[in-house]
Amino acid sequence: MDTLQRLSENMQKGNADQVARLTQQAIDEGCEPKTILDDALVGGMAVVGEKFKKHEIFLPHVLLAAKAMHAGMDLLKPLLVKDGIPTIGKVVTGTVQGDLHDIGKNLVGIMLKGAGFDVIDLGRDVSPEKFLDAAVSEKANVIGMSALLTTTMPVMKKVIALAHERNVRNQLKFIVGGAPMSKEYAQEIGADAYCYDAVSAVESVKRFMGAH
Amino acid sequence: MRRVIDISAEQIAPTVEELLNQQGVPPGAVHDEPTLRAAREAIALWGHLSQPMGIFAEIAIHDFAQVYIGDGRNEPETPLPNIYQRADALALFAVTVGHDIEQEIRRLFETNEFPLGAMLDAAASVSAENAADIVQDKVQKHLSVIGRWDRSKGIMPFSPGYCGWHVSGQRALFDTLHPEEIGIELSDSYLMQPLKSISGLLVAGPRDIFQFDDDFPFCSECATHSCRERIMSIIENQPKADTRWE
Ligand code: B12
Ligand code: SF4
Repeated sequence: MDTLQRLSENMQKGNADQVARLTQQAIDEGCEPKTILDDALVGGMAVVGEKFKKHEIFLPHVLLAAKAMHAGMDLLKPLLVKDGIPTIGKVVTGTVQGDLHDIGKNLVGIMLKGAGFDVIDLGRDVSPEKFLDAAVSEKANVIGMSALLTTTMPVMKKVIALAHERNVRNQLKFIVGGAPMSKEYAQEIGADAYCYDAVSAVESVKRFMGAH
Repeated sequence: MRRVIDISAEQIAPTVEELLNQQGVPPGAVHDEPTLRAAREAIALWGHLSQPMGIFAEIAIHDFAQVYIGDGRNEPETPLPNIYQRADALALFAVTVGHDIEQEIRRLFETNEFPLGAMLDAAASVSAENAADIVQDKVQKHLSVIGRWDRSKGIMPFSPGYCGWHVSGQRALFDTLHPEEIGIELSDSYLMQPLKSISGLLVAGPRDIFQFDDDFPFCSECATHSCRERIMSIIENQPKADTRWE
């Protein structure tokens, strides 16, 4: 079995130590960092996401695999930056102003990174201005907003309104999620997609970026 | 009667099963060793970091009527008025498991320790619910001692944000109960800090007052219909001699 295949399998099992070791081995064997990332790590996470969707594995296992993936990413990141490899898409995420719930938003970020996207996490209690400043300066493709209370959901509408005001609405896609959200509410505020969970968030962003 | 309750960690410690269940793992699923290890580690960590506290205060029916109205954002029809107006006793309550856990959860996510971070988050949520159960027990005991509750009766919690009681109702609840005394603050967006906190009302009274149908307009969006289970548990605890529900 070649190194990349073993790397992918160990990542899927959540063996972080082995993933770090095999990533280094693949680098030493002269494999392109982008190939290691795409074929072994992102490819492996796609299998994990698929199994999660089919309820063959559950969240704790997905997170073990994600942790293992980061063990490999930590070694690849500097090399990818050095090679000037562009990412397949950039997503700015955050929990809206007035809200501090972040586990759901974190899971979305983890799965998006697992799919190879660049994620800029603005954290919690993020103002509309901060969302847009970051999206513009980082040249992001997508803004992902999370709200866990009905009282903080209206902030999402303000963020989208501000994007219109600043004439950047057309260059950004908006995805929204969180327990009290619904498809209808997302439509009402003019978001591009409501995502029930982290897997559907990845599917939406892939759709927007034209990647499959 | 208003009382601060020092809850011990042992009383509300979550189990491995509860942690997995909280993360959407169905009962009976087979777990690998790393998952179980993360769960056990999270429970140990939770034991060091949790600072559970509770508070309750009895409130008269006419005083609660004002608290319930809050700033007028409740659904037009909800189950609670019909219940609390027929109660023998009411108590506002709040519980928290403290700030430290939350900081540690955040730190774990920031350092890519996702499995342990998610387990600790689940442990904190489950233990907050367990803490609310402890306060319910204390209120029940207190009411028994003063002769206002006995085993023929029931007791049920309700929280702002559920069943048509708007989450903004927490402001009036806080203004009356003052959970700040146990370290809980309420933000302008009605978010309690620490996050792992619960507020609500305990209603004690004859078992039949707790019967209601789950056919309010907002029930169609309810994912759990957990009221059914809550009503059943009151009925099932009924002493054998009493056959009112049969
Ligand atoms: C566990 C829980 C708690 C725990 C901990 C809360 C926490 N999150 O830390 C405890 C028991 C402490 C609690 C307390 C309260 N809770 Co609570 N809680 C829940 C519950 C059951 C699960 C939340 C959770 O952690 N889910 C797990 C995470 C991973 O899921 P998630 O955050 O939803 O994220 C996923 C998706 O939503 C989506 N997603 C999320 N963000 C984003 C962002 C983007 C960009 C995308 C694409 C997708 C996405 O993907 C994520 C991953 O799959 C929800 C109901 C529910 N079924 O969701 C109620 C819920 C959030 N709580 C609710 C309420 C009302 C409260 C209280 C106000 C009750 C009270 N009076 O005490 C308090 C408030 C606490 C506070 N600090 O102010 C309400 C809020 C509704 C409302 N009216 O606003 C809910 C929705 C329950 C309900 N009524 O249906 N709660
Ligand atoms: S169905 Fe849900 S929303 Fe309706 S009363 Fe029951 S628990 Fe509350």
